[in-house]
Amino acid sequence: MFDIATQLFESPDIRFGPIDYEKDPEIESKWTHNAEFMRLFDLEPARPMSAAIVKKQYEKLEKKIDEDKNLFHFMIRAKADDRLIGKAMIQRIEWANGNCQMRLGIGSADDRRKSYGAQALKMLLRFAFAELNMFRVTANVAEYNEGAIALLQKFGFTEEVRRRQSLEREGRRWDLLVFGLLKDEWLKQAQA
Amino acid sequence: MKDLFRGKLVRLTSEEPEFRAKHEVNWQRDTEFHRLADSDPAELNSEKKIKEWAEKNAEGGFKPARYPFSIRALDDDKLIGFIGLWLDLVHGEAWIGIGIGEREYWGKGYGTDAMKLALQYAFMELGMQRVSLGLHEYNARALKSYEKAGFRLEGRTRQDMLREGKRTDSLWMGILRAEWLALQNG
Repeated sequence: MFDIATQLFESPDIRFGPIDYEKDPEIESKWTHNAEFMRLFDLEPARPMSAAIVKKQYEKLEKKIDEDKNLFHFMIRAKADDRLIGKAMIQRIEWANGNCQMRLGIGSADDRRKSYGAQALKMLLRFAFAELNMFRVTANVAEYNEGAIALLQKFGFTEEVRRRQSLEREGRRWDLLVFGLLKDEWLKQAQA
Repeated sequence: MKDLFRGKLVRLTSEEPEFRAKHEVNWQRDTEFHRLADSDPAELNSEKKIKEWAEKNAEGGFKPARYPFSIRALDDDKLIGFIGLWLDLVHGEAWIGIGIGEREYWGKGYGTDAMKLALQYAFMELGMQRVSLGLHEYNARALKSYEKAGFRLEGRTRQDMLREGKRTDSLWMGILRAEWLALQNG
């Protein structure tokens, strides 16, 4: 964990990689046709997107990364077959305050509950705390996203804010939960 | 119908960019004000740049969903600050940011009065379900003002700010449509 030689982007079963403009748009396009995934990953309205639209969004994203300097984005791939299985992000970095937000999504239901999410989160947190030298990482989660909440709690995140009835979905209001993890808390759980 | 833009102490206005910039360039020099109102590092921008920013952003409206106002005191008609709403139209949530740049108007109810107008605007004109805001834990005056306007504390993000070498929390507050309506009848 504290070894320069230990790769930042390699885990037992997955790796972080860059966007593949040839192969990824088609796969991510499939994810966007699955409303359940979209509603877990994003608070914006779910909408199906063609591979062409996804490709344009990648271009916009890479431009934003270049210009804003407060965003890092990784594609998550299964090591066995180099298949795209999800994406991970550190965003809204405030360099002067040492804080940022994280996002993580596993695209297909078949790839969930296989510890891919946990391996990705472990890498993402090491990247945030040991490479970007953040002091804290924040994660926003809708109260109905039980899988994400369980994963964050497993990694030592604390529920800090409950924004009551912030979201409207399925004809009712839902709370938005804000979780936080501080550097020393990360160190403790990473060493354990 | 109530006057949406006139309270007991202040009114909400839209100012000419040159006029707003003249004031804002002074407010920006007050780093205590900046550090109470903002989490980004303090900046000093030219009057020209602020004017251009005001020209671009003051228009606001439905798309993008942003409603910025200036605040004038009713007694002397002085421009004393700003307040703005950013809307999430899908989820019916508005975020509010406020700053009283003129220090002589701190702690006298002007900000609270502007906030009450902004809440009335959010619920009665924009049809929001909820209004949210954030503040620094060291801004006790703001906390008191927001509580007076009807906001409830919903939590704190621990040590997310670093100022003067000290870690401090941010506080997060919200008010629901039903809570605001109950206050109007109470």
